[in-house]
Amino acid sequence: MSNQIIQGILLGGYYALIACGLSFMFSVMRIINLAHGSLAVFAAYALWFLASRFHIPPFLGLLIVLPVMAAIGWALQRFLLERSARGGALLPILTTFGLAIVIDNMLFQQFGADTRSLAPFIGSLSYDSWEWPGSIYVGKLAVIMFATAVVLLGGLQLFLTRTRLGRSIRATSEDPDTAGLVGVDARRANAVAAAIAMVTVGLAGAFLGMRATFDPYAGAPQLLFAFEAAVIGGAGSLWGTLIGGIVLALAQTLGAQVHPQGFLIGGHAVFLVVLFVRLSASGFGLRWLLHLPSRSAP
Amino acid sequence: MSFLAVENLVVRHGLLQAVRGVSFGVKRGETLALVGANGAGKTTLLRAIAGAHQPAAGRVLLDGADLTSVPSHRRVGMGIALVPEGRKLFVRMTVEENLLLGKTTGRPGDWSVDKVLEMFPNLKPRRHAKTGHLSGGEQQATAIGRALMSNPDVLLLDEVSLGLSPLIVDRVYAALQGLIRSGTTIILVEQDLNRALSVSDKVICMLEGRIALAADSKSVSRDEVTKAYFGLHKQKAEPA
Repeated sequence: MSNQIIQGILLGGYYALIACGLSFMFSVMRIINLAHGSLAVFAAYALWFLASRFHIPPFLGLLIVLPVMAAIGWALQRFLLERSARGGALLPILTTFGLAIVIDNMLFQQFGADTRSLAPFIGSLSYDSWEWPGSIYVGKLAVIMFATAVVLLGGLQLFLTRTRLGRSIRATSEDPDTAGLVGVDARRANAVAAAIAMVTVGLAGAFLGMRATFDPYAGAPQLLFAFEAAVIGGAGSLWGTLIGGIVLALAQTLGAQVHPQGFLIGGHAVFLVVLFVRLSASGFGLRWLLHLPSRSAP
Repeated sequence: MSFLAVENLVVRHGLLQAVRGVSFGVKRGETLALVGANGAGKTTLLRAIAGAHQPAAGRVLLDGADLTSVPSHRRVGMGIALVPEGRKLFVRMTVEENLLLGKTTGRPGDWSVDKVLEMFPNLKPRRHAKTGHLSGGEQQATAIGRALMSNPDVLLLDEVSLGLSPLIVDRVYAALQGLIRSGTTIILVEQDLNRALSVSDKVICMLEGRIALAADSKSVSRDEVTKAYFGLHKQKAEPA
């Protein structure tokens, strides 16, 4: 059992990574990005392309892919999401849903339906593990993913609280109009936030490709896991994302112990229970999803 | 020559014309009080000067430069800061973080967190408290401090005494007197006529989006302003 718990916690690191960008965009721009999973798969394909065509190892390829993802995030916000957000809350959801379809089919057209993996390009790291007392095997890649999640979330926390740009992003997320009145360029803050979110998506895509296989339509399940982890942890809370990821992964891992098909069901069950409890606590309103305080001080 | 000038400004909220062809000017270092009943257009006018509302017609000029199409965040960098009605603090952030946000544009000047805390000593022990947990007076002090942190040439104050106890209002106005003496240009929206007249050089009374009275604060009587307030003023308004 202790082995399952450790594996679950480490898998939670991956879910925290994939949920981090979704939660970040949700809290800053109030946008539920349904193309989140597809963009992660896009990053995985980009790394696979660099590795298979130019023999650039995936970890080195991140130096190319992450800036590209940041640029994509910036451009998406400036030219697509910002405009669609003017049309109300529903339009960005439809826009990103359409974007996901475009990305999935573009990847299908370019790379076909074959499943790919980055595992062959990272040597033995994909299956190497440390043996701990009690016959517990801890995968090195899983530890790297978990450590990356902790460092990323910690770094984001420091960035948001200690830097001028971070404070500007937080102010914009709380009240964009007032942020403008204190000198914050809300458009720029949102574009930077989208770029940061896409960098985290790029990292998640890289680990997706290293720990498993992917195909052009692998984005939807990743979006589902990200959404579940974000909701369990309280969307908008960075460390809550890590907790949400760990809870989801533990439920899946323990669910798999109960029944061979219990992996996904365990995760969905915990997600639904948390959703029901939170909705009940909030009188079945959805305000808790955004962690929104009152705009004016009490 | 006016340091800040508003020319034939028209601001609409949908079909409602909130400001109807308002013109006035403020010289550098002057304090102008804007008074008027609720719905007279004072807040809309102030927000249009700050760039929060795009005017349908007219111009806003600062030191001769046309700001009309300049977005609000760039106006802060050019020296215009607004203390909005209702304070509009970022309640998930601390006092210090709210104050530091005022520094976003990097406009040079003397104001710092320590200087604001010197001006409002009651904020010192609350420096790291979330602003949502502050009293009304502490929130107002934070809102004024945040605006000052941008080192403004023109400070726009919207109903700074609203909802505060008389003692706290006295403290806020004592701090404002210091700013007035330091030569900051101030436009003040105030419901309390006595206070407005006592701290200002000029007074403008607005009625239904128009200027009903523009006069020198020291020479105008409270009675004249009251008549203009209720639309009983017969004289044609003179430009301020």
